[in-house]
Amino acid sequence: MISTLTAGLGLKPQHYDEALACPAAGLWFEVHPENYLVDGGPRLRWLDAIRERHPISLHGVALSLAADAAPEREHLRRLRRMVDRIEPVLVSEHLAWSTWRGAYHPDLLPFPRTNEALARIVDNIDAAQTALGRNIAIENPSHYLRLEGHDWDEMPFLDELVRRTGCGLLLDVNNVHVSANNLGFEAAAYIEAFPGAAVMEIHLAGHSRDPALGDALLVDSHDASVSEPVWALYERLVARIGPRPTLIERDDRLPPFGELLAERERAHQALVPAMAKAA
Amino acid sequence: MRGGAGTSLASFEDAFAHALFAAPGAADPAVADLVAQPAFAVYRNTVTKSCIDALQANFPAVTRLVGEEWFRAAASAYVARERPTTPSLQAYGATFAAFLADFAPAAELPYLADVARLDRFWIESHGALDAPLLDATSLVGADPGVLAGAILVPHPAARWAWFSDSPAYSIWRDNRARETAGGELAWRGEGALLTRPGDVVEWTGIDHAACRFLDACAAGRSVELAVDAALDADADADPARTIATLLDAGAYSRLVVPIDQSA
Repeated sequence: MISTLTAGLGLKPQHYDEALACPAAGLWFEVHPENYLVDGGPRLRWLDAIRERHPISLHGVALSLAADAAPEREHLRRLRRMVDRIEPVLVSEHLAWSTWRGAYHPDLLPFPRTNEALARIVDNIDAAQTALGRNIAIENPSHYLRLEGHDWDEMPFLDELVRRTGCGLLLDVNNVHVSANNLGFEAAAYIEAFPGAAVMEIHLAGHSRDPALGDALLVDSHDASVSEPVWALYERLVARIGPRPTLIERDDRLPPFGELLAERERAHQALVPAMAKAA
Repeated sequence: MRGGAGTSLASFEDAFAHALFAAPGAADPAVADLVAQPAFAVYRNTVTKSCIDALQANFPAVTRLVGEEWFRAAASAYVARERPTTPSLQAYGATFAAFLADFAPAAELPYLADVARLDRFWIESHGALDAPLLDATSLVGADPGVLAGAILVPHPAARWAWFSDSPAYSIWRDNRARETAGGELAWRGEGALLTRPGDVVEWTGIDHAACRFLDACAAGRSVELAVDAALDADADADPARTIATLLDAGAYSRLVVPIDQSA
């Protein structure tokens, strides 16, 4: 099934009718499962109706895999129920933490990549994959802070997670662009070195400049169209590793559906020749 | 060196989570270097903004009533006191109505907390378990004696309340529908019932007797005892009409007849 997916879009309630009716080839939709963890009602039926026509990917924001605690059992149980109901083509999560000691912090928070953190995250990914009955893809984070005390660079850390848990990776190209700008490394070199075989999905999104710091601090705000440098990195990536399901992520300052579809078409057009070549 | 200052992952996360809401100078040494960086504000702002955005989405009638600026200031005070406990942010704000009831700047709007309760009812109704609706025709021809001893079970998506001090329901309804109230609002107590027949949340005004009737049903009392509760609230109530109104609104999912009466 994955081989037939090209570019997808985040599913927004404002675009529901157009999303449902859209006939674009290879189109799929991604949702945050947390928004659908209700007991019943129309929200789940919207999702069921979309699922009847389009493949769906579940992109979690709250498993809090980098927290020094096991993922909440009840949350995993509800996610599993959603996985069984929706039969998603992909399931992914972030290399970050958000839930900690009973409080949910709605963001993707950073941590030092220590040996201790690695062991904990391996256990947490194992727990999640066991509970969900399938492998998940782990997304590279956006970085804003210069954090000391890492035992591991990011790429070997991700490699080690793949090796020890069998998980896949979700490469967010905009996160690489933003992090490279903020921390001062070479985005193209990162993309070149990224373990391509493990990549199950690619994300593309827009970013913004921090209102106070300007270009010195880019924020992964998902409130703009994908920037040209990110498209360039993406095209290089697809040329090197081959086609992967690619999501256009847009969460804020939503344009009309047609505008998102046009952006999605650009990714689709980059993937189609790569698919022909790979076939 | 580990965790920025030789700290464990748990200590780092304790300190980081605390710093998200604390004054910038008050950071734990484990994260002081991070909090001092201007970029720390990205996390601080995102967490707070996401919480406030969620409250604004969850309480649309309150927001419309007080204006966005006032609402976001009140929400910010609430966020400082009460963090989300689950990642499903539609569940955030379970105690927001109680917070508004004690919120000094809202003292001039005594109905505001009840309007918040109704916004909350809408969310609860929208995401409640699915269940069949009991329709009025299924009671037609029922033996009156059997019916009196039977229990009407409220639908999982039904929410109701009696507001004795103000027309909170009319105020909520007008702001929810983004309509300006037509004419003078009669200042009297009101009841509200939210239901989800046909997969859409609907609302209707109900009287005190109907609210007490529903309360008795929810407590597992028989129809006979629920009728007594309705008549206690209003001696002039018409129980048959109350039951018909509630069934018509989709307030019930089933009728349970105790075994000793069904024979």
